[in-house]
Amino acid sequence: MFQELTEKFDAVIRTLKGYGKLSDKNIADSMREIRRVLLEADVNYLVAKNFIADVQQRAIGQEVLKSITPGQLVVKIIHDELKKLMGDKDSRLNFSNRIPGAIMLTGLQGSGKTTFAGKLALHLRKKGRNPLLVAADIYRPAAIEQLKVVGKSINIATYSEESQDPVTICKNAVQYARQNMKDTIILDTAGRLHIDDELMHELENIKAVVNPDEILFVADGMTGQDAVNTAKAFVERLDFTGIVLTKMDGDARGGAALSIRAVTHKPIKFLSVGEKLDQLEIFYPDRMASRILGMGDVVSFVEKAQESFDAEKAARLEQKIFHQDFTLADFLEQLQQIKKMGPLQDLLAMIPGMQNRAMKGIQVDDNALIRVEAIINSMTLKERRLPNVMNASRRKRVAQGSGTSVQDVNKVLNQFEMMRKMMKMMKKGGKMKLGIPGMPSGF
Amino acid sequence: MLSITAKLKNGLAKTKAGLLGNLNQIISKTRRIDENTLAELEEMLILSDLGADTAEQIIAQLREKCKLEAMLEPDEIIRVLKELLIKFLSSSPQARTDFSQYKPFVISIVGVNGTGKTTTIGKLAHKFSGQGHKVMLAAADTFRAAAIDQLGEWAARSGVDMIKPQIGADPASVAFDAVNAAIARNVDILLVDTAGRLHTKVNLMAELEKINRVLGRQLTNAPHETLLVMDATTGQNGLTQAKQFARAVKVSGIVLTKLDGTAKGGIVFSIFRELGIPVKYIGLGEKLDDLEEFDAGLFVEALLQ
Repeated sequence: MFQELTEKFDAVIRTLKGYGKLSDKNIADSMREIRRVLLEADVNYLVAKNFIADVQQRAIGQEVLKSITPGQLVVKIIHDELKKLMGDKDSRLNFSNRIPGAIMLTGLQGSGKTTFAGKLALHLRKKGRNPLLVAADIYRPAAIEQLKVVGKSINIATYSEESQDPVTICKNAVQYARQNMKDTIILDTAGRLHIDDELMHELENIKAVVNPDEILFVADGMTGQDAVNTAKAFVERLDFTGIVLTKMDGDARGGAALSIRAVTHKPIKFLSVGEKLDQLEIFYPDRMASRILGMGDVVSFVEKAQESFDAEKAARLEQKIFHQDFTLADFLEQLQQIKKMGPLQDLLAMIPGMQNRAMKGIQVDDNALIRVEAIINSMTLKERRLPNVMNASRRKRVAQGSGTSVQDVNKVLNQFEMMRKMMKMMKKGGKMKLGIPGMPSGF
Repeated sequence: MLSITAKLKNGLAKTKAGLLGNLNQIISKTRRIDENTLAELEEMLILSDLGADTAEQIIAQLREKCKLEAMLEPDEIIRVLKELLIKFLSSSPQARTDFSQYKPFVISIVGVNGTGKTTTIGKLAHKFSGQGHKVMLAAADTFRAAAIDQLGEWAARSGVDMIKPQIGADPASVAFDAVNAAIARNVDILLVDTAGRLHTKVNLMAELEKINRVLGRQLTNAPHETLLVMDATTGQNGLTQAKQFARAVKVSGIVLTKLDGTAKGGIVFSIFRELGIPVKYIGLGEKLDDLEEFDAGLFVEALLQ
């Protein structure tokens, strides 16, 4: 997600930082490079052009040239502008007091409305609401069936009827929700082209009849230049209240996010990042801007780390490392803490500098962690404390006990040994700051 | 029925001209072709999703030609640009696929989520059976909710057989059964619908390889065609998509869908340049006959509207 874009920015910024003082000319050069980065990232041509103009205006001149670290200032300006472009604050769903509250999902065909409907229902239930899915797509074959299956899989009721008029369906759904104690309805409308006048009119009618609290425009995160045309048409007809970007678990650079935001001035409310129904993220422009600029999503990472890491345990670990009695038991504890923080791939993406170079293309296998855990769990306490006693027959036993192979056991032991050596070296190297316990490498 | 050009232009005509000056506007503004004109043309290509690199390359070629032929007439430059674009898109005229080479001729349909694979299969089935072939569908998308029902609906509409598996069945086993059924029922063309998958999901791409491997084991050279279905709204990520799919399975062609909207699908230029994968069909709507064989000339014409 945003990775390649981040990488490119990374490159540009490193060049910038390399300069002692910025002249008008080298800012201009960098801006051309950034323009290209944005275009390759599918940011709309005109949006990119304006972005560059804004940044350039602020970068060239007194402010930058007089500052002590011009490179940093330019980074800050780019960051600020990017943040501004994507919205200044994070946005949540707004409901009135009316029952049922209504959220209407709209967008092109195949943008991921139905899957998102399921995710949203699950999200709202977690928030304590009692949602009802409404199947208003009477056009695509089996669309109603799809929503029903999605609803069933998360145990959320779906409203559908034989009617061939989506407006009537939505109207009746409101009644149905009231009678059945549902406080929120989610309208899954059919995908349609923004130039299909008749179908766009249908959406206007649904809006008029239901008067939804939120109308969300669901857009594919991989969309190119055309994103602005679609978004503009939808916002003009429906004045939607928020944007959802889907398929953000791919490697698209996500420039559409910037484009749509820029032409509609509506907030991006969610990112959808996978086909599992619990894979939904709230969009934080601030964090995303940092991420794009290669600073990593420091805020998220620190927050997550704070949530899962027990400060006391960490201090104890630090002590152990200093005294060189770091054992497999500690290693296991550490693994378990990391696991609590969520999928490794997501975590790595948040660490500054991890987006690029070394990490590129590395597939992190969360199952590897589970295997390592199983292996250590299959050892006796003595073995965990003194891994040196692990002879061939013990290794075989552990492999059998953990359902892995002797090779896997060897690998864990070797990695552990390497970690210990590294720690020894770090100790020799002097003080070691242990903000986050070192991640095991090489899985 | 509207002609292809009419359909293509239909969508394009409705685009608000506000954002980009169309070709005629650009050209008529000035009677002389200069760097500004070229820059505006480049902008137009970028706005059509050709990408900055490809657009630059095409404009550079155009600039060369302008110099070489001292060509300054607006009409001339449009003609030359069209020629360049067409040349960029297809090095040689495409030969029609000969379905009689193999029996059954197996076509596997792949792509990321939501590009229109199932709809495309419905249209292809209609097209092929209309040409007198006996067609069968294999619903190997056993993952997405109701995908099988959706394909079933298309099978009914176009009056062809479908192999209907259990939900959650292994897609490769569905493909296996489908080939056996196709042989037994003397089918000419077997269309295999696969689940949408993002090209970054290693496991899912491996699953795709497995489906093709199973097909290949049962029938020589199967699948005989693998079509990557791509949404015309796709931006520069389309190239990465094509690369990753081509790495996993031998992609022989692209179906460019949703061209009835305002998106122009310019990413196919980069895909052809870098990977040599041609566009074979274009999708222009949701009805059974909204699918056409690709014609580079018409496509470029629509792009420059």
